[in-house]
Amino acid sequence: MKKKSTTILALAGAVILAAGSLAGCGSNAAASSGQTDVTSESASQTSRADAASAPTDQASQADASGQEESLSGSILMVGSTSMETLATALAEGYMELHPEVTVSAEFVGSGAGIEAVLGGTADIGNSSRNLKEEEKAAGAVENVVAIDGIAVCVDPANTASGLTKQQLIDIYTGKVTNWAQAGGADVPIVVVGREAGSGTRSAFEEILGIEDQCAYANELDSTGAVMAKVASTPGAIGYVSLDVVDDTVTALPLDGVEATAENIKAGGYFLSRPFVMATMGDVSSQSPLVQDWFAYVLGEEGQAIASSVGLITVE
Amino acid sequence: MKAEKSILPGAGSLIGKKSGAAAERAAQIVFTACASFAILAVASITLYLVLSGTPAIFQVGLKEILFSTVWAPTAAQPRYGILYVILTSVVGTGLAILLGVPVGILTAVFLAEVADERVAAVVKPAVELLAGIPSVIYGLLGIYLLNPAMYRLERWLFRDSATHQFTGGANLLSAVIVLAIMILPTVINISETAIRAVPPSIKAASLALGGSRIQTIFKSILPAAKSGIVTAVVLGVGRAIGEAMAITLVSGSSVNAPLPFRSVRFLTTAIVSEMGYSSGTHRQMLFTIGLVLFVFIMVINLILTRVLKKGGQTP
Amino acid sequence: MTGDTLYHKKKRPLEALLLGAVYGAASVSVLLLCGVIGYVFAKGAGTLSWSFLTTVTSALKQTVGIAGNLVNTLYIIVLTLLAATPIGVGAAIYLNEYAKPGRLVRLIEFTTETLSGIPSVLFGLFGMVFFGEVLGLGYSLLSGAFTLTLMVLPLIVRNAQEALRTVPDSYRSGALGMGASRWHMIRTILLPSAIPGILTGIILAVGRIVGESAALLFTAGSARLLPRLGGGLLENVKKLGGKALESGGTLTIELYLQMQNGKYDVAFGAGCVLIVIVLCINLWMKLLAGRWKTR
Repeated sequence: MKKKSTTILALAGAVILAAGSLAGCGSNAAASSGQTDVTSESASQTSRADAASAPTDQASQADASGQEESLSGSILMVGSTSMETLATALAEGYMELHPEVTVSAEFVGSGAGIEAVLGGTADIGNSSRNLKEEEKAAGAVENVVAIDGIAVCVDPANTASGLTKQQLIDIYTGKVTNWAQAGGADVPIVVVGREAGSGTRSAFEEILGIEDQCAYANELDSTGAVMAKVASTPGAIGYVSLDVVDDTVTALPLDGVEATAENIKAGGYFLSRPFVMATMGDVSSQSPLVQDWFAYVLGEEGQAIASSVGLITVE
Repeated sequence: MKAEKSILPGAGSLIGKKSGAAAERAAQIVFTACASFAILAVASITLYLVLSGTPAIFQVGLKEILFSTVWAPTAAQPRYGILYVILTSVVGTGLAILLGVPVGILTAVFLAEVADERVAAVVKPAVELLAGIPSVIYGLLGIYLLNPAMYRLERWLFRDSATHQFTGGANLLSAVIVLAIMILPTVINISETAIRAVPPSIKAASLALGGSRIQTIFKSILPAAKSGIVTAVVLGVGRAIGEAMAITLVSGSSVNAPLPFRSVRFLTTAIVSEMGYSSGTHRQMLFTIGLVLFVFIMVINLILTRVLKKGGQTP
Repeated sequence: MTGDTLYHKKKRPLEALLLGAVYGAASVSVLLLCGVIGYVFAKGAGTLSWSFLTTVTSALKQTVGIAGNLVNTLYIIVLTLLAATPIGVGAAIYLNEYAKPGRLVRLIEFTTETLSGIPSVLFGLFGMVFFGEVLGLGYSLLSGAFTLTLMVLPLIVRNAQEALRTVPDSYRSGALGMGASRWHMIRTILLPSAIPGILTGIILAVGRIVGESAALLFTAGSARLLPRLGGGLLENVKKLGGKALESGGTLTIELYLQMQNGKYDVAFGAGCVLIVIVLCINLWMKLLAGRWKTR
């Protein structure tokens, strides 16, 4: 028995060691903030060798075929579900320009995105709210890539023609529970919102000044889920980013102002927030690939994509 | 047959070979390591769940967590009470068992004792197939079919209520129905095996004493199959309490007391719906919820081992 | 009436009621369960098309496709089985052939039982922390596969054990009596005759992997990209291998995300494909079981 248990211990150790060494190359690969072949730091060169890429082959190829256009590697974005449309569209556009580059995006939430950047498991953290002070203190840098409006939407059959800021506050705090009290038909209101920690929710509640006072009947964990719920539930009200609004729901004018990009730019529509692609340290300190990505996103093509998905471009 | 053939060449090549002592030892060590892997896995899962689940307990206090009903993790004064969440899991699982187990056991009786063989030959594979259907599909049907129907019921039931918060059909009852359907195949399969395993002598004795078919089934066979049926119920409890994806959207996901027509959040859905967006203590709290769930599961497992030991059989 | 006994017996109302309940319950289960499959097919069949199966969803082109998810599912299946099969079969061999009853065996059996009872969301949490953060694999197919390895291990161990048990002891004593070492006996006699049982475990594991969602959402992630190929053979092999370190969502994850976003037609389409896969797995199992029985 004794002998047996020492064997087991030794083996357990071996397994852990093996796992550890595997992880070693894994982590390098996962955090492989891609780099150009021409100018890669030696450290990441080795890591890419571990990760079964071929730095030498590619480097020599790049030397042969010339300079910059042969960017390769991968960029990992993690973060806000509200930014899904924007992030996938940008990634697709970028990969068309650079077929050797993989841009993948995970949509798990703003908080998790920034956490991933700070932890080094992602290159970019997508956040649909401003960064918190403690996140900035930990080294995250806020790069605003677009401005988004938050639309308040209801199911298409709803007859209410608009809401005032006060009505909106009353509905979300549970003071008003029937559309008859808010200029609609006699239908109960189903208050739909996002889960605690959502960028949309914190922006929405902060702008209205009703943090932590909301009485939600449904707390859903993605933008699309709110849309789907509102579209299919008579009497429902929900808030989503402006860019995802389609004809399955009706976006209500607030204080008489329609939710449009122009009105947000002009300042008449009060529900808007930034879309942030956070990095660890300034963009200029990132790998050449990530720098190039930001040049693309903030450049003409990137901003054209942003406005094509219904967002407001940054100057 | 096959094995008998392979005996000859295998053994033939072997006679007179004595150098295998080292290989023999190595083989034993490797197999022991493989077998210890399960121990290692459970130990590290326990370790990591405890390690990540306890910091929040120290920060927030066990009393606040277990006995407070206020869940406001992102408030200026955050509150982390999960009493309602725990109660929802307990009540929801209980109701699903109440609904699903009788139907499941009676179906098993039908398959094993009542149906003629041709019918059973069709129904049995169908039930087996359904045990393999991914849980998200049950969730999909739940949100697509069940929620709208439930909302109609809700609006009719509470048409005169001024205080009821309308959930749009995403409530405890919907989740319970989805869970009950999901555990059906498990309960049917295992109970049926248990009923079939009852020695024919018991049945024969009961019939010979003049018992009717129904008396025989309910007074002799079912009591004899008791331990197998209890196993089925315990496994059903395990499946129901651990299910997450099928019910995140169906249950509405707001933290409320577990009443049939209120939007509720389970232990599992609490983890899934907020993990993406959480940070700091909030995130650690989600791991604490995971730890609570783990404790529940371990208790269920212990009960199961007891039952199996008493019944002297494996499922 | 078949239940005629020596004594003339009146039908009791309670009995009729119970029998009715049995028939009622059976029809409820059968209708519910068939309804589930029928409905998913009816709703999803319209979405199925060649391009749905062979392209990747594009935000720019506004098209939908699940090819990337199918590839990811395949990756996860292969990676998981590569890790879980040897470990699981090895564990079964130890338990059946080497171990003497005692504390260690009880502990192994208890922990294997425990592993099969842990909810997948907890595997997800553990995988996210251990494989994702501690080992630094992040969101990757490999991280997901490792997590699922722990999850399917009990299935493989149990079925391999079952299979080993059915090998008659005379085979063992015969081989050992002829002077074969135990390892040699295992390799040449036990394993070949246990292969059907091992396969059963593997197929069940595939079924579980295909249907899994909670354990993968926080470990493997949800990306839908296809592997980006190009260049020479060697380079393609490297790219295919490198994909294991990228994130990717399986078909079930895609179904979950689509239903969450209210894209029900896509969700039902993916559901159809999933059910077809599960159906094939079941048929395969039945075939195998039939072959095994007649052995």
